[in-house]
Amino acid sequence: MLRPPKRANSRFTMNITHILFWFLSVLALFSALMVITSRNPIYSVLWLIVTFFSISGHYILLNAQFLAIVNIIVYAGAIMVLFLFVIMLMNLSKTAEPKKNRWLKLAGGLAGGCLLLVLVAALRNTEIKGQLAQVNEGDIGLIKNLGKELFSTYVVPFEISSILFLSAMVGAVVIGKKE
Amino acid sequence: MLLGIFWVIVEKFLLVGLIISLSMVVAMYATYAERKVAAFLQDRIGPNRAGIFGLLQPLADGGKLFFKEEIIPLTSSKFLFILGPCLSMITALLTSAVIPWSTPLHLFGQDVPLQVADINIGILYIFGVVSLGVYGIMIGGWASNNKFSLLAAVRGASQMVSYELPMGLALLGLLLFSGDLRMSVIVQNQVEHGWHIIYQPLGFLIFFVCALAECNRTPFDMAEAENELNFGYHQEYSSMKLGFYLFAEYINMFISGIVMSCLFFGGYDIPFVHEATWGLPQNVMAIVGFCVLMGKAFFFVFVFMWIRWTIPRFRYDQLMNLGWKKLVPLALINMVVTAAVILWLKK
Repeated sequence: MLRPPKRANSRFTMNITHILFWFLSVLALFSALMVITSRNPIYSVLWLIVTFFSISGHYILLNAQFLAIVNIIVYAGAIMVLFLFVIMLMNLSKTAEPKKNRWLKLAGGLAGGCLLLVLVAALRNTEIKGQLAQVNEGDIGLIKNLGKELFSTYVVPFEISSILFLSAMVGAVVIGKKE
Repeated sequence: MLLGIFWVIVEKFLLVGLIISLSMVVAMYATYAERKVAAFLQDRIGPNRAGIFGLLQPLADGGKLFFKEEIIPLTSSKFLFILGPCLSMITALLTSAVIPWSTPLHLFGQDVPLQVADINIGILYIFGVVSLGVYGIMIGGWASNNKFSLLAAVRGASQMVSYELPMGLALLGLLLFSGDLRMSVIVQNQVEHGWHIIYQPLGFLIFFVCALAECNRTPFDMAEAENELNFGYHQEYSSMKLGFYLFAEYINMFISGIVMSCLFFGGYDIPFVHEATWGLPQNVMAIVGFCVLMGKAFFFVFVFMWIRWTIPRFRYDQLMNLGWKKLVPLALINMVVTAAVILWLKK
């Protein structure tokens, strides 16, 4: 995944990057697994927050600082708070969890396995070697460059997605107003 | 090369240690100041037994908290019960990492910047940490397994999430002026072009109200509301875990004072004079700048206390109305007008 060393001091920094990369990857996978294996939904949400943090760490490794911090502000800081909010108010616990049908479990496992198969097959044919991650080097993720790109090259998709957000907001207000 | 990196790490560690101990000491004496201010406003004397003028009172309080019995109730989760105050403390201390405390010091033949990390996204980092501050309250309140605590946690969380929005919007006008999110650039911009408070008075007002709400200070202390929710989210806490919660509040107050001084009141800049022309040595300048920043921050901490002992608490619906129906539209108007004026001036 990493570029071959180029600069004089790259051996040292690459080592740190390597260590961080492996640490963050293991953390991300472990916490993601804990999200789905935790019995208590509160713990699931807390592990999900850890997952978001490790993903933000990956963004920082790729020098995409803006994305990293927005990920934390929006997901870890706001959306997860609402999740926690709902779970605490409804007082969900393991006793309240309904027993799942065995056939349902089997169907879920099969569907998940199929998705995994498709993903692995798709990954097998991509050219990973041609698209190396620009660790610590690319500067497109810095806020100034990102803003310029968004408002020049990608202005149409950007505006369309903002309209989508606006309509979602209006929809949420309309639903919230209903008695 | 290795040695260079080693020294940078040592330097940063020292700086972090210094800043954390500074925040702790300031928070300690903020508790003393709070009692003295309260006493002054209520025509009392205030603490005056421990030491001269009661100056050792914070130590006595800390000692008392340390020696109190540690009670962990039969909670829904012991781990989360302990995690709550830890998270509060961590998030309170994290914010100070991007603050430019002063101009660089000159030590051992090199410039030592008095800022832990001058990152590209400085102000967003502060928002990120502030938005995490709510977890300490929520987790603590839920893990206490107490109805009052849970109610307080939920109220506090919704308050903090609601007030983050106008806080961010209020800052957009300021960012249009500075053109950068780095804290050092924002402060430097004010040293050169005058303080942001002159251009953004409304933005500052909104930011100040939201800072009060984010610190859970009266009139926004929904999360602890003594007389309706007993003690709010930290009702079940005792000993130093309670101390951590209370302490984190004072650290938050101090840091938000520092942040407001940096964003709107020129940071380490001395008003009405051009101190760069005085010809003072660099280190003296740095220390003077630091003292000036601390002075501004202490003033804001005092205003926070002043408000606490003057204004009664909002009702919950009033609080939500103020946040969503007044502050958000005001902040949006502020942003649009600022953007229009800047566009007009640049033409």
